[in-house]
Amino acid sequence: MKLLTHNLLCSNVRGLRPGGGFPLRIQASDVCVRPVPFNAAFVARLVPRLRWAALLEAAESLGHPSELPPEPAPDYEGDETFLRRVHHVLLEVEVLEGFLQCPDSGRQFPISRGIPNMLLSEEEA
Amino acid sequence: MAAASQITSMELKTSKDHLKVQKMKKKVLRKQVRAQRTLMRHEGIECISHATQSLVIANAGLGNGMSRHQLLRIVEEYGLVETLLMPPSKPYSFVKYGTTEAAKKAFDALNGKEITLEDCGQNIVLYINFVEKVFWKNAVPTSLPPGLMVIEKIISPEEERRMLESIDWIGGEDTQNAQKTLKHRRVKHFGYEFCYGNNNVDKDKPLPGGLPEICDLFLEKCLKQGYIKHKPDQLTVNQYEPGQGIPPHIDTHSAFEDEIISLSLGAEIVMDFKHPDGHMVAIMLPRCSLLVMAGESRYLWTHGITPRKYDVIQASELGQKVGTITADAGDLTLNRRETRTSFTFRKVRRSPCNCIYPSVCDSQKGQQRQVQPSFPHSEMEASKLEQEYVHKVYEEIAAHFSSTRHSPWPQIVEFLRSLPKGSIVADVGCGNGKYLGINKDLYMVGCDRSKNLVDICGEKNLEAFVCDALSVPMRSGSCDACISIAVIHHFSTAERRLATIHELARLLRPGGTALIYVWAMEQEYKNQKSKYLKEKNGSKDKEEEINTGTAQRPLSNQMSDCSSRDSACSDRFLSDPKDKGCDAKPMADTTLPIHTNRTSFHSQDLLVPWHLKGGSKKKRESLDTGLFPVGSKESQELSPVFHRYYHVFCEGELEAVCRSLDCVRVQRSYYDQGNWCVVLEKL
Repeated sequence: MKLLTHNLLCSNVRGLRPGGGFPLRIQASDVCVRPVPFNAAFVARLVPRLRWAALLEAAESLGHPSELPPEPAPDYEGDETFLRRVHHVLLEVEVLEGFLQCPDSGRQFPISRGIPNMLLSEEEA
Repeated sequence: MAAASQITSMELKTSKDHLKVQKMKKKVLRKQVRAQRTLMRHEGIECISHATQSLVIANAGLGNGMSRHQLLRIVEEYGLVETLLMPPSKPYSFVKYGTTEAAKKAFDALNGKEITLEDCGQNIVLYINFVEKVFWKNAVPTSLPPGLMVIEKIISPEEERRMLESIDWIGGEDTQNAQKTLKHRRVKHFGYEFCYGNNNVDKDKPLPGGLPEICDLFLEKCLKQGYIKHKPDQLTVNQYEPGQGIPPHIDTHSAFEDEIISLSLGAEIVMDFKHPDGHMVAIMLPRCSLLVMAGESRYLWTHGITPRKYDVIQASELGQKVGTITADAGDLTLNRRETRTSFTFRKVRRSPCNCIYPSVCDSQKGQQRQVQPSFPHSEMEASKLEQEYVHKVYEEIAAHFSSTRHSPWPQIVEFLRSLPKGSIVADVGCGNGKYLGINKDLYMVGCDRSKNLVDICGEKNLEAFVCDALSVPMRSGSCDACISIAVIHHFSTAERRLATIHELARLLRPGGTALIYVWAMEQEYKNQKSKYLKEKNGSKDKEEEINTGTAQRPLSNQMSDCSSRDSACSDRFLSDPKDKGCDAKPMADTTLPIHTNRTSFHSQDLLVPWHLKGGSKKKRESLDTGLFPVGSKESQELSPVFHRYYHVFCEGELEAVCRSLDCVRVQRSYYDQGNWCVVLEKL
């Protein structure tokens, strides 16, 4: 699971407040870094779609505290250093084993071989 | 004069001989050509006229009594043999030599040659043709029927001898132990007489003497080991001479308790087990072994012994090893049967059977539960149906399913290529992820209900997670686009189908688009048959391009099964679909018909068979040696069948569902190779 995927995921447990279940807390036991070719335009387009605070928190929790600013600068599109850092955190860092935890319900979702299992039981959904 | 006339007569004789030889040669040629045609027509084996390393030898097969060791000895005389394949119950074999010269030598020497079969003394004539390649698609290694065990060496040879000696066959038709010589075997009953008229025992009339004392120790052991829960009170001793057998049967449920155990004495034998869906498993029962049938194998599967003098067995395990006999043509031979005596112990049942296999339970006749599922009438039933006939099935067939799904569909690829760079795209129901890597300029995340399929995505380093399409754990509005290919037709009520589309829409940002594909009721549209219909058996490569279904003919019992049920609902459904509209509610209390693969649909809600083939590993192996045409009988009989639930959509139905949602607009809808497709835009 890349951190961009994590940035999209939320918990779907029944009965959460609107917009709840996000961001999922990561408890990783195995994290890897897999190089991905850098594409500035691609990353630049992704930036406005992100929940920035969630990304910072996730990177932090994995021990990859990147030198990302608290907010993307207004002129980030031309800032290659910034884009490369975003690229690395978003696309190259992967969680292989561990858990995702719903911030509201506490429900844990296992991650195994990079695959989160978000399936809920009938009672939970 | 005398001398001259003598010469003439000699000449005459020579020319007569010559004629005879000519005639013989012609006959051989004729038969060889006939063998060629038969192989082509019935087996799809193409013989060729030029010499190669490989030969197909007609009449020298396991099916007509040739054993592996005899054939090997014959063919090895002409050079190094690389492969000798003897397909089960076929009247031919394949041999591949190290060189073409050796194959030619064998061809010249053996074509038309008469051979005496060592095992039975019969004469056969070999007819030989060259083939391009030697191949046989080995069947999937089968597993034992659930609940079945074979315990080797449960008794010593000494105990075996004593038990055999304890049975007095000489005493003739003794009434006390109900000895009979049946058509195909000798039997003797102890404890209770088994009555072949009603396949039951008279529970009020125990035989005097009970079970032979000699069995006590052995039965104690079985109880102690937990092979049986009840101490048996009925024993049937069967004696089979070579060539004898017992027809396939299930021991009457109401007559006996669950566990039935059977000792094999004197010789090994192969017993055939068959599931009602046609799945067959042949099992070697070694001498001195115990067969334990419990649960499904006792209640649902039939067992029997085919009357014959030889069993086809694994050559490497000549006779004495337990297990299923897989049709590995490179390792099969014949095993001559000897006299086998079986001691079958059962516990007479005192209350009606309440097993979970009512379709074959005589105690539950009349109050039969339906084995085939019905249309769901509630959310609960719908969820259960999908659990059983969609989710579980995909988990089971994941590897095989994935191996048939690698050609992306052009119009779906086009949709993905048309999206702007940096778009975030969800593939809901991504299967093995064949669309996830199509466009490197997109960030694609897949999800699927089947963990096994998502794991395949993971192995390919694709981003994916496990979830249900009714509840996708992604932020609302987080996606620029979604695709859902061949997913929504697996939901069994109109409400649930609507809910999945609503869920897709939730994921989209305003202006985002979703592409949805579902299977169409109309497999023929604008006078064009879909690929699904056009695809015939045997064209393996094409199968991969088909959205759903397999290139297999259904098993005959399924065909007959569904044809009757089918017509009942198809009449109501299809009398005039246009008038009634396609959102017609499913009929009450109607079982789901089973679809016949590669035919038109007769009902919107149905079960589609999937014939499971070997795991992906096996697949690769068989590719190396080439593939026997798909749909060959062997592969079918040995491949388990799974049924998936589908709701196939009528023209306009998908659009109608989408239009009932306020948050989306139908941008485009079209028909693509037997599928109805829409592109939605989030408002």
